[in-house]
Amino acid sequence: MKAVYFAWVRERVGKNEEELDPPAEVATVGDLIAWLSARGEGYAYAFEKPRVIRAAIDRAHVGHDARIAGAREIAFFPPMTGG
Amino acid sequence: MDTVRVQSQDFDAAAEAQALKAGRLDVGAIVTFVGLCRDEGGRLTALEIEHYPGMAEAEIARVVAAAQARWPLIGVTAIHRYGELAPGDQIVLVAVAAAHRGEAFAAAEMLMDYLKTQAPFWKRARRPDGSVENWIEAKASDDRSAARWRAADSP
Repeated sequence: MKAVYFAWVRERVGKNEEELDPPAEVATVGDLIAWLSARGEGYAYAFEKPRVIRAAIDRAHVGHDARIAGAREIAFFPPMTGG
Repeated sequence: MDTVRVQSQDFDAAAEAQALKAGRLDVGAIVTFVGLCRDEGGRLTALEIEHYPGMAEAEIARVVAAAQARWPLIGVTAIHRYGELAPGDQIVLVAVAAAHRGEAFAAAEMLMDYLKTQAPFWKRARRPDGSVENWIEAKASDDRSAARWRAADSP
């Protein structure tokens, strides 16, 4: 699946997007955040407060309990500040 | 007729309101809201707005559909800009046409409350010394404003 990052999540991870191939036991958005956090310093910093992180699967908001099976694009970003 | 646009260029609020009533005689009220970039007392020289292309349009369209499902609206136009904006620039437009003012005011307010908390846009400020400040933090008061529309069952 493709992962995309925005705002300070993007800056801390150090990339806009990347292809991810997590192991089968990574089932939910929350699992994926924990798995990503272990990939390096930038990821650990980006996801240091998992509760703050918002996620979207295929461009629709989801909770951390959402399952990632079948997702084509998963996005991680801070709370939104538009308007 | 609903219109959703995410764009870097400016918009003409009067022309958008005019378009909502063009050729119709059943529109009794149009509420137009324009959000502007403030200079925060001279501390802000520019605002950078990042967005999630594709999802931004989709999410605003979902918010418009929610408003349409809740009130009898004739038309909604929602436009949100991205990129670098200067103090005084327009950021966002919500225009709602309805038969009566009650639903037009309420829908415009709900649309803005939802846009601020649901649409994937992120702002950060450029300061007079040229430095870029950290990303602007989401406000709990915006979440509370959005939540009150969820709490009520009907208008």
